Amino acid sequence: MAQRKPRVAVWKFASCDGCQLTMLDCEDALLAIAGQVEIANFREASSAVVDGPYDLSLVEGSVTTPEDLRRIKEVRAESRVLVTIGACATAGGIQALRNFADIDEYRRAVYAQPEYIETLATSTPIADHVPVDFELRGCPISKLQLLEVLSAFLTNRAPNVPNESVCIECKRRGNVCVLVARGTPCLGPVTQAGCGAICPAFHRGCYGCFGPQGSPNIPSMLKNLGELGLAPLPMHRVFRTFNAMAPAFRTAADAAAAEETAR
Amino acid sequence: MTERTISVDYIARVEGEGALKVRIRGTTVEDVQLKIWEPPRFFEAFLRGRSYLEAPDITARICGICPIAYQMSSCHAMEQALGMRVRGQLRALRRLIYCGEWIESHALHIYLLHAPDFLGYPDALALAKDHPDAVKHGLELKKIGNELMQLLGGREIHPINVRVGGFYRVPTVTELERIRPALETALGLAEETVRFAAGLTFPDIEEDYEFVSLRHEHEYPMNEGDVVSNRGVKIPMSQFEDVFEETHVPYSHALQSQHRGEGSYLVGPLARYALNHDRLLPRAKSIAREVGLEDVVRNPYRSIIVRGVETVHAVEESLKIIDAYKPPDEPFVEPPASFHATSGAAISEAPRGMLYHRYRLNEEGLIEEAKIVAPTSQNQKRIEDDLRHLLDRSLNLDDRELTNACEKAIRNHDPCISCATHFLKLDLVRA
Repeated sequence: MAQRKPRVAVWKFASCDGCQLTMLDCEDALLAIAGQVEIANFREASSAVVDGPYDLSLVEGSVTTPEDLRRIKEVRAESRVLVTIGACATAGGIQALRNFADIDEYRRAVYAQPEYIETLATSTPIADHVPVDFELRGCPISKLQLLEVLSAFLTNRAPNVPNESVCIECKRRGNVCVLVARGTPCLGPVTQAGCGAICPAFHRGCYGCFGPQGSPNIPSMLKNLGELGLAPLPMHRVFRTFNAMAPAFRTAADAAAAEETAR
Repeated sequence: MTERTISVDYIARVEGEGALKVRIRGTTVEDVQLKIWEPPRFFEAFLRGRSYLEAPDITARICGICPIAYQMSSCHAMEQALGMRVRGQLRALRRLIYCGEWIESHALHIYLLHAPDFLGYPDALALAKDHPDAVKHGLELKKIGNELMQLLGGREIHPINVRVGGFYRVPTVTELERIRPALETALGLAEETVRFAAGLTFPDIEEDYEFVSLRHEHEYPMNEGDVVSNRGVKIPMSQFEDVFEETHVPYSHALQSQHRGEGSYLVGPLARYALNHDRLLPRAKSIAREVGLEDVVRNPYRSIIVRGVETVHAVEESLKIIDAYKPPDEPFVEPPASFHATSGAAISEAPRGMLYHRYRLNEEGLIEEAKIVAPTSQNQKRIEDDLRHLLDRSLNLDDRELTNACEKAIRNHDPCISCATHFLKLDLVRA
């Protein structure tokens, strides 16, 4: 008897759609993936929807509305394995900058009739609300890592997604270190690998879009950034971008902000 | 009188999350609401206080489908504010990376999102079972667009190499030459795409659109030009807000753009083509002639052919830029060393249509105010008009057929709801 194909669903919360687009960007592998699994719920790509339960749910986006809070619990209940994909789902995303501001003021700044906007005061990662089986980082995620995660969960093994720093990947790529050779501020030492060290390869400092690596030395990074100088930006801002709610980056921003206030 | 309600809670095969609600009484369509339920992300609010240099990377995150459009409009707006001019090869490289996004985005929409509607499939994967070659061609074309973005931008989603003034690093001649064979293949694939699209069956309808797009003196518009329409608008980009406004629609609490005193208008491929077909490159012009495409296409379903023609143009343009490429001395134009408070606005042509950015900067180069008007918010009111006309002529259909027909009419305009959301109001009217 033929075994039923694993049923995969893709869900969206507050996000730019880029991480689920990464799936469609796996052009060479797309039809092969579709042969191995049943794409049961992927609204961006298909109008056909199969009801749950699902063997694997990929969740993009952060929780920002009361409705999201309800929906994520439903998605969890229907999913055997739940993997969050991207900086929004794993760290609240760029929209988590509201967490450091007054949401009512934000509402008034953007919308003429702020009372019609139903939103939470915070943007939070999925893991703050339901148990998550694996978090795939990146803004956006890497295609290769997405394929690795899909293969791993479909064959019941742990995904091989190292939490080493961008520096390791940068050396492997043979880049000249932009920080040492050019004095360009670079978050590579504290940021998780996975992007392919593309910024240094383009003579630019890493800006941390994959979030903190496994064991970042934040004090040393802050000291280094302080020496290089980032004007006109206050230093805490470099950690308040796409992964502002990731704990290590949050600590870094708070430490830098405290120092800026003291000065 | 019987009352019918057509409700689509989640429109599939569009980018982002949207819903449609229609109320019909007897033979009268009383209400059509294209609703956005994607949560707001407050970009204009948190951009305040960020450096002008951060805008391209931050605004790219509004949309994973067209990040280059956000990077281009924000860079141009900042450069306008600071009196910087990006010319020559740097300007050409910007067009080249934008071509990559047009190829990728159009191929995505044509094959993965739009074609299944014409051939009766729920998605491209199902379509691939019966039409494997078409889907494979589409994916290959899309991949070549992505490769072009990777080459110039580092990656295809949220590229990292674009900055105010130009790029962090410019490619060598050898690097650009490496992608030439793929682009030559893409040219053939894009022409096949136009033939494939022209061979589909279209409903016989026409809409009376006000088309709005950029128009440039010599080129098919992308980064530069005046804002023009087929009803007499001809203004510099800086006057966009004088002529077009975002209005508050009480029934849906949504902000929608309209031409002041005139009503809805359409941006995107149909508008660009109607207003600029004379600026297409030779192969694009010739394939349009070959398939008998009229100079002004008013049938929204036929936009799939126009996207194909624009894809041919983008590939042709890419090859032309690579032919003429000489690496510039510097990868970017240096921004001024000192600042005064200033402001700037710019429009570029995203695959889905004009994308407007305006910024006010303080004397430290920090953003004090940001305004972004995405193509989908400009088209939203016009899409509702299309739907109203569709409903008027299709009331004999049963609810299921009518719902399908409405979804298709929405997909004709390739709406990107992720883009639209950060300024569209949610409809929270509760019974």
